Amino acid sequence: MTANPDPNVDTVWVEKVALIDQIPRWAAMLGLAVIVIAIWELATARMGWVSPIILPSPGETLDDLIFVGKNLLSGGYMLEALWTTTRTVFWAFVIAAGIGFSLGVLVGETKFGERAVMPYLVAIDTMPKVAFAPLFIAWLGFDIASKVALAAFIATFPIVVSTAAGLYAASENERMLFKSMGASRLQTLFRLKLPTGLPHIFTGLKIAAVGVMAGAITGEFLGGGQGFGALIRQSASQMDTPRVFALILYLSLLGLALFFAVAWLQKRLVFWNKADRPGGVG
Amino acid sequence: MTMAEPRPLTAAHPAAAARPVYEIARLSKTYARNSLTALTDVNLTLHKGEFVSVVGSSGCGKSTLLKIMSGLLPPTTGRVVLEGKPVTGPRADIGMMFQQATLLPWKTTAENIVLPIEIREGRAAAKAALPRALDLLKLVGLGDFANVYPGELSGGMAQRASICRMLISNPAVLLLDEPFSALDELTRDFMNMELQRICAEQQSTAFLVTHSLAEAVILSDRILVMKPRPGRIVEEIVIDLPRPRTLEMINTPRFGQIVAHIRDLLGKEAFQ
Ligand SMILES: Nc1ncnc2c1ncn2[C@@H]1O[C@H](COP(=O)(O)OP(=O)(O)O)[C@@H](O)[C@H]1O
Ligand SMILES: [Mg+2]
Repeated sequence: MTANPDPNVDTVWVEKVALIDQIPRWAAMLGLAVIVIAIWELATARMGWVSPIILPSPGETLDDLIFVGKNLLSGGYMLEALWTTTRTVFWAFVIAAGIGFSLGVLVGETKFGERAVMPYLVAIDTMPKVAFAPLFIAWLGFDIASKVALAAFIATFPIVVSTAAGLYAASENERMLFKSMGASRLQTLFRLKLPTGLPHIFTGLKIAAVGVMAGAITGEFLGGGQGFGALIRQSASQMDTPRVFALILYLSLLGLALFFAVAWLQKRLVFWNKADRPGGVG
Repeated sequence: MTMAEPRPLTAAHPAAAARPVYEIARLSKTYARNSLTALTDVNLTLHKGEFVSVVGSSGCGKSTLLKIMSGLLPPTTGRVVLEGKPVTGPRADIGMMFQQATLLPWKTTAENIVLPIEIREGRAAAKAALPRALDLLKLVGLGDFANVYPGELSGGMAQRASICRMLISNPAVLLLDEPFSALDELTRDFMNMELQRICAEQQSTAFLVTHSLAEAVILSDRILVMKPRPGRIVEEIVIDLPRPRTLEMINTPRFGQIVAHIRDLLGKEAFQ
């Protein structure tokens, strides 16, 4: 720093870009995976800090991944179990979406629903819903129905809440516009409130997609049967930890598939909700 | 130019000869919820082709008056008659425009414009009205944007589209509640000139609520000045600036004189 800077010298002050911003996302993710697996390998196979019964080495896990994958591809008993769980998850999601949406409309659209129904829903929602599993098994047996019921029960509430919130999302101005056009209550519901609420509703559906997976597997843990959850429990009771790891990884693919199916549908239906919209609403 | 001889501001207005379109007499409104008297003894008549504005500080009952005129809110007492028929609810011959354009983002601009027809007469009628929506879009200079979604329109363009939506059902009266107050000043000036042109072309009868004195003066044939607690009209001012109005008129002494007069009427507390 000089007291009399040269007028011909430009200011040199380079904008800094943080290191993490210079790395592409895939490289960052890959890097983290490599680090985690390296530590995992070190802790298990190389140094033996952790017993293989608690945590299998990456190699053992990979072997089991391949074994389970082969069984699935060859249409073995694991594919059958996965198919059972898939059906459970599918029906539970459909039922939760149907009931959740209907209750959401009742709560969001009618004073009766808001005043009389909502308090009960909130009360039930605060209960640990898994505790109802023995009841569902007693009512519906050890077959797929009791798991569907538990999973649907868990997944319904986020859809109710998000649907009701979605129906409140239309602005005062939009409601006034519809009123001034002489729109009926049903017209306002179907042509204004529901489309405006779609992004909210899909948020609820995504939470439900996660909940339905948790519900189905919990149901299979507690109620036995043919599903993937039963396989996991079986392997765990035999201390076959690598198999448990492998099964969980394949199970998570099912959850991801459901989640992305919902996300894909949202992208198709809520096509307008991307850029900022100065002329549009909300 | 001197200001030596100011013409009187309150005088008989030329439009009085035209047919009355909207008549309000002895109107009062007390909100049942909180027993708050928002309006008392409001009398006004809008004549065919006339542009009337109401100015007043916030909370003086402007929006209440407009909601009653649009059939969104029942009056407590008084006569509210449009085209000879009492207003007892929303009507197709009332056109409304709000501060926000409120275009539905899942409908194209043209579909948004025929929405009032879709709601009142069904989808087939709305489809049949699309050519007229296109004409209106051309009128406001949005001819190329009929099939664009509102997300791609600027704020000013969206408000122009909402002008079209208001005009699609050929309303007998246009009710405008601070329609451009959410826009930036340059766009707002431009939109005011557009509004003047459109109203002249359509020979619309318009009623504008605003809290911009300049906007009211540049657009109106008459200005009603309201005061709050309880809301009432304290003076009616005829704007005798020649038509068509231009933005340059804002710099004329007459314009300044009118604005100063209204500001005096409203008192110091009104526009802070
Ligand atoms: N729905 C309502 N219920 C009770 N009071 C209201 C309601 N709407 C407006 N008011 C009251 O009526 C008065 C006039 O309000 P408004 O017509 O919105 O005034 P402005 O549009 O001139 O700002 C205000 O004091 C406001 O608080
Ligand atoms: Mg207002």
